[in-house]
Amino acid sequence: MPCPLNGPRNIAEFVYGGVVGAAPDPASVDDRAWAEYLFIESNTRGVVREWWFHAPTAYWFIAERDTATDEILKTYPASELGKASVESDA
Amino acid sequence: MFELLKRGLSGGRPPRQLPAPRPLKPSYDVVIIGGGGHGLACAYYLARTFGITKVAVLEKGWLASGNTARNTTIVRSNYLTPDGVRFYDESVRLFRNLSHELDFNIMYGERGHLTLAHTDAAMRTARWRAEVNQHLGVDSSLVYPDEIARLCPELNLSEDVRYPILGALYHPPGSIARHDAVAWGYAQRAAELGVEIHTHTEVTGIDIQNGRVVGVKTNRGDIACGKVMQAVAGMSSELARLAGFRLPIRTIPLQACVSEAVKPFLDPIIVSGSLHIYVSQSARGELVMGGSTDPYPLYSTRSTLEFKEDLMMHMLELFPFIGRLRVLRQWAGMADMTPDFSPVMGLTPVENYYIDAGWGTWGFKATPVSGTCMAETIATGKPHRLCAPFSLERFYNYAQVGEKGAASVGH
Ligand SMILES: Cc1cc2nc3c(=O)[nH]c(=O)nc-3n(C[C@H](O)[C@H](O)[C@H](O)COP(=O)(O)OP(=O)(O)OC[C@H]3O[C@@H](n4cnc5c(N)ncnc54)[C@H](O)[C@@H]3O)c2cc1C
Repeated sequence: MPCPLNGPRNIAEFVYGGVVGAAPDPASVDDRAWAEYLFIESNTRGVVREWWFHAPTAYWFIAERDTATDEILKTYPASELGKASVESDA
Repeated sequence: MFELLKRGLSGGRPPRQLPAPRPLKPSYDVVIIGGGGHGLACAYYLARTFGITKVAVLEKGWLASGNTARNTTIVRSNYLTPDGVRFYDESVRLFRNLSHELDFNIMYGERGHLTLAHTDAAMRTARWRAEVNQHLGVDSSLVYPDEIARLCPELNLSEDVRYPILGALYHPPGSIARHDAVAWGYAQRAAELGVEIHTHTEVTGIDIQNGRVVGVKTNRGDIACGKVMQAVAGMSSELARLAGFRLPIRTIPLQACVSEAVKPFLDPIIVSGSLHIYVSQSARGELVMGGSTDPYPLYSTRSTLEFKEDLMMHMLELFPFIGRLRVLRQWAGMADMTPDFSPVMGLTPVENYYIDAGWGTWGFKATPVSGTCMAETIATGKPHRLCAPFSLERFYNYAQVGEKGAASVGH
């Protein structure tokens, strides 16, 4: 895994953190939509944008990975998420 | 006896083959997507119990080439939640009689099942499970190292190891079986009752009109149908997407391996939730070994070195003398994991479209009971009593069936 902070490291040093997605506002969301957010998954077969954590350095970042081939296409710091080139999947 | 002699001498065998491939019909009453154990069992019970025989099972690969062919075949009912215990115990009951029912030897072996506890927390969970199990009439109890030594003398019970064994949950009915035979037996008997089984037939689309399923598209043409059930394990989310809904499922590989065959030395099935391993010795003498699921989702059946390293590290602590045993084969299946370690069964947002999914690392043992439950659910349009707690709706009602304590490792 090419870690944006540490360079290429063994995959066993990383923890998977789920697909990137926006959380609904807990104050206004209804129960059904909240359940959907908590439990329901896209489980996409193809390229997805995910949170990953490098455990030894406690560093969260973003990876774009193909879930059919296990190829990691791109990794970058989470701060880049807000930028125009990357929008949310969920 | 005479029959046996005659067959033995003539070298002839009773026919053990499915009918030759044939064209798809334009329509069926029920189409079952996925020719694994679950799809085939459902087809069999639809025909046998409900007389519904205009049924097609569509399998994209060869018969039972998915997780049915890849599991480590452990059958047990010592779960944690009453819903789970009742459900899996009915499966154990059906499994015990399955060789007779199908007239097909599934090589069901009641070996006894030990879930080792290495921590106080694991002991607590074991005690909890034993209480729930006994309350529901399941043979299950907490045992201590003296009793474990009697049940499995080969196990390293030394306290001078990283994770000493403090006790175990003992489940005498815990069994292993021949997984392929379960699928073949159901397939053959279902076919005799009129069910059509089409291998190398992939479903590529679902036809829905006014919220109701009316047909499926396949690589061999389109078919009209009254009802559809999907039972496709790791591909569950992809199929559901074709039908227009989403699931509480992640597809995560689960790996396993076998050693070369040695003389029988290990009678019970040994599981350790804390060490993430399980092992049994097959009738052929191979050690069948598995661990926890891979650390992240993936639609692939590739094998890894990390899996073997993690597994063997702990395996050697439990059985130091297998250090020179060689691994013969390694493989993986795509497990359809739910957040509460329970299946998703029954109705879906699409009318007449049923689901049997979320079997993760634990669904082989449920093959007969899921078949009976889904057949009744499809035939009557109402969820069978035993699978009602496992509806997709439970996630929207915040009524999950938390089997986590019982299911952290393959089962
Ligand atoms: C390594 C491993 C060990 C396991 N150990 C145990 C255990 O010890 N005990 C236990 O109880 N469970 C165990 N399991 C879980 C168990 O194997 C599964 O839950 C169970 O076999 C699921 O059966 P199934 O019929 O639902 O799925 P499968 O057998 O996977 O069948 C689904 C079928 O659907 C087909 N399919 C997919 N997409 C399509 C399509 N579009 N069109 C047509 N067909 C399609 C696939 O080719 C496949 O054959 C284990 C699993 C693995 C991977």
